[in-house]
Amino acid sequence: MEDTICAISTPVGVGGISIIRVSGDKSIEIVNSIFKGKNLEEVSSHTINYGHIFYDDENIDEVLVSVMKKPKTFTAEDVVEINLHGGIATTNKVLEILLNNGCRQAMPGEFTKRAFLNGRIDLVEAEAVGDVIAAENENARKLSMNQLTGKLSSLIRKIKKELLELESKIEVNIDYPEYEDLEDMTQSRVGKSLNEIKDVLEKMIEESKIGKIISSGINIAIIGRPNVGKSSLLNAFLGEEKAIVTDIEGTTRDIVEGKLNLNGMTLNFIDTAGIRETEDIVEKIGVDKSLKSIESADLVILVLDGASAISEEERNLMDRLAGKRHIIFINKSDLESSIDIKEARNAVRGNTVFPEGLDELKKKIKELFEIGEMEKKDFTYISNARQLSLIEQVKNNIESAITGIENTVPVDIVVIDIREARRNIDLLLGEVFDEELIDELFDKFCLGK
Amino acid sequence: MNYDVIVVGGGHAGIEACHATSKIGYNTLLITGNIKNIGDMPCNPSIGGTSKGVIVREIDALGGLMGKIADQSILQMKMLNGSKGPAVRCLRAQADKELYPKNMQDYLGNQRNLTIKEEIVEEIIVENNVVVGVKTSNGERIDCKCLILTTGTYLKSEILRGSEKTPSGPHGEKRSNHLSDSLKKLGFNIIRLKTGTPPRIDAKTVDYTKMKEELGDPLHYSFSFDTKSTYDVDAQEKCYLIYTNEDTHRIINENLEKSSMYGGYVSGVGPRYCPSIEDKIVRFKDKEKHILFLEPQSMEKDSCYYDALYLQGFSTSMPQDVQEKMVHSLKGLEQAKILEYAYAIEYDAIDPLQVSPTLESKIIKNLFTAGQINGTSGYEEAAGQGIVAGINAANKLSGKDPLVLRRDEAYIGVLIDDLVTKGTIEPYRMLTSRAEYRLILRHDNADLRLREYGYEAGLIDENQKNALERKKENIDELKRYIREEKIKKDELDQIIPNGKTSTIYELIKRPDLEIENILNLREDLKKYGEEVLEEVIIDTKYEGYISKTYKDAEKLKRMEDKQIPEDIDYDNVANLASEARQKLENVRPRTIAQASRISGVNPADISILLVYLKKVYGKNE
Repeated sequence: MEDTICAISTPVGVGGISIIRVSGDKSIEIVNSIFKGKNLEEVSSHTINYGHIFYDDENIDEVLVSVMKKPKTFTAEDVVEINLHGGIATTNKVLEILLNNGCRQAMPGEFTKRAFLNGRIDLVEAEAVGDVIAAENENARKLSMNQLTGKLSSLIRKIKKELLELESKIEVNIDYPEYEDLEDMTQSRVGKSLNEIKDVLEKMIEESKIGKIISSGINIAIIGRPNVGKSSLLNAFLGEEKAIVTDIEGTTRDIVEGKLNLNGMTLNFIDTAGIRETEDIVEKIGVDKSLKSIESADLVILVLDGASAISEEERNLMDRLAGKRHIIFINKSDLESSIDIKEARNAVRGNTVFPEGLDELKKKIKELFEIGEMEKKDFTYISNARQLSLIEQVKNNIESAITGIENTVPVDIVVIDIREARRNIDLLLGEVFDEELIDELFDKFCLGK
Repeated sequence: MNYDVIVVGGGHAGIEACHATSKIGYNTLLITGNIKNIGDMPCNPSIGGTSKGVIVREIDALGGLMGKIADQSILQMKMLNGSKGPAVRCLRAQADKELYPKNMQDYLGNQRNLTIKEEIVEEIIVENNVVVGVKTSNGERIDCKCLILTTGTYLKSEILRGSEKTPSGPHGEKRSNHLSDSLKKLGFNIIRLKTGTPPRIDAKTVDYTKMKEELGDPLHYSFSFDTKSTYDVDAQEKCYLIYTNEDTHRIINENLEKSSMYGGYVSGVGPRYCPSIEDKIVRFKDKEKHILFLEPQSMEKDSCYYDALYLQGFSTSMPQDVQEKMVHSLKGLEQAKILEYAYAIEYDAIDPLQVSPTLESKIIKNLFTAGQINGTSGYEEAAGQGIVAGINAANKLSGKDPLVLRRDEAYIGVLIDDLVTKGTIEPYRMLTSRAEYRLILRHDNADLRLREYGYEAGLIDENQKNALERKKENIDELKRYIREEKIKKDELDQIIPNGKTSTIYELIKRPDLEIENILNLREDLKKYGEEVLEEVIIDTKYEGYISKTYKDAEKLKRMEDKQIPEDIDYDNVANLASEARQKLENVRPRTIAQASRISGVNPADISILLVYLKKVYGKNE
């Protein structure tokens, strides 16, 4: 049985809708597992179905899903096409979810190749199929090379090197057991190295979320008591940069009040109601919503009135922000201050009255998201979905190896997972898995008869 | 004279090849330079070892001789990696260098359909690209339908010690001067390889008190699935472990340019895994000492190997006077007498890319090659190819399908696939790390994997086949039994407090329970015998990993099923990357799986190739 493959099949841009195509025996089953609406496994062939993509109980996007059963499809396999109307970020998110749920990223020209091999394209077109594969391969190669320059690439190579070293140390023990002067790769030694590698991978995955933010923008929730200057802060941001103020409903639950471009980075400001204890039911809904937006935002700016002392409510909010990326903006620096800045971590002073009143705050935002750094990287998220999924697979391989070690599985079997991890890294780097291990063995160890 | 099959060379490859063809029923002639040297072990006195031990079992499973003859010639036996996982356990025997060839010669002497002749072959006779016979050094022509070349290191070989270069086979044996030229004329690419052997030391002059003893295992083992080995567990010979030291390293460094290697007298490429001691010291400058072993070669009193120890790890191409100093610098060998000096040997081999996976030449029909001529190193690697070449020569004569073992079926399959797909620039040694499916290529299941093939080839008889069937039935029965038989909570208390009622299957899977304790719970278990228990326990304990390996292997098999027609013209395949085109042309893989293993052929090229095959041949099967 061939793998089930998926890919974004519309040009990537800020277009209105995009389509993800899934092909293979499990395509309907996999898409159905992340779809809320009709049971796709029971709908008739060649139908379009309305519903939502859900993942981890999160509503990702409202979608139309075309279900086409074989053989009358492009590839002559079961094909599902997901029509999304989110932007790049949402499309990639859905792709990533598919990759983590049993799909494999299609190789260059693979849909066309399958179509041909399954007899959907006639012989006259065969030459063109070859052209498509070659051209798409070239594009993919360029793309992955561009994607993997810099810090990420060197990090991944470092992990690969560590895996290779670990593997060769284990292998040399196996092939040369009589060499008592070689380091014995006990389970605890291997376990220790694996855990170190796992930590690095986790950090990478965490940091790649910043990468995600880069392409979809930073969602910023401005919160605070009523009348501390939330609205004037927003207006100062937007007015000054002449940003387009929109109030279109986003794909998430929050209402984006306005967007601002800060050194190439999109800041999405999310409207929140003032937070205070209230008996008013309508206002309470607003307050709850504000508190929720703290959870979903990438950055929370808590605005305090510099002229009055910190209230009990504000202290609670500050506690709530611990562990969350946040800035405390002490407003009204033009007036005499009643707040000691040392009382709050991540605090900056400023005001919405003078033109330079927000400089400190902007600087802080840039620092927090390494915006200057990211700008140089020319991040696009498209192949990041694939990268992220591969990195997650590498992490899974390593975790499986660690589980093996914990269950006293012999290291020469655990090495199967380690090798699989290295294979996935090669995929990520666009390199072909080969005999490097044998070279490593003879380069690093002195062996002979 | 006219034979069905001629085998040239009586080394480990030639033995298995001629035994196979003659046993299958073809009139076979073995031609060798020295009849007394048939089955000789010119280098290390051991058979088996990591991964190689599995190959010995595979040869036995297919119906070959190496394991059975080794079992009758054992000085010391070890189960390597016994403390590691089941996939990497291997037997290694110190084999008696006098007994092994003698037992082998006795056996072959009684083999039906086999004639043995002492001669040197110098020319191959070919008509219309089909081999028809050979010509010997005295001008005699002998005809054959199939020819198997297992010439070892005897093609234009030269012995090197320092600047001294002697045209000779190993240990002063006659070499073949013209055979490789004959091959070259026929279109073979000849490569030059190098290997070496360490000095032999007079046992009577060694001070053992300064060395660490290496003993055999206390349990009795056999290579063969059919017969038991004959050695006495309590009377095994010892080996000894020593180290080089600062003095040794200084002597070598001071004399480096006197060695053949560093003096520039060598043209052949030596193996990385088997470097000379000077190589080790140059390449690993920081290493203060290197490990060496002293191994007995024979306990037969009238043998030239008696009391002559093999100094494993000390192969060198230094001149004799330097070798004296080097050996005397070693602890315990201060007074040692060198009986035979170490030397390097260069020899001709063919480019294995010109060999097909059946071991038949791609250039000349009915010509097979096996062993060092194909670029390998090691007795076991040679023998493994020998039996496959023998079976395939016989299959060719009878019109049966050739035997091509897949990478997930046998180490021998990995070995041959590596050779014919990747080629080699150094003598190729098998390593467990080369076998990606090694979890299912274990020494304990070699019979389950390969006996059927041996039976089909005609090398395994009905009795052996029936024994295999019984073993398989017992395995199935035991697998059912352990899944059904429950151990009650109170019974379980003997081995684990507060356990809950479980099947034996569940207990075996638990990492915290000793297998021995589980086996003691039911008398019924033991009646299955060790071999069957071992299979079932391994399959149960590592079930997850094993089934994953089978799943991967299944993918491989699908790709192996996609054949590439022999007449494909890669110039007609548009869009192939030029590197891929060249590599494919060079290797001419038989299947899509093999093509995908060629370095430089990437997945896009494979897709393009698949599309092309569909277009031109209308199918992918």
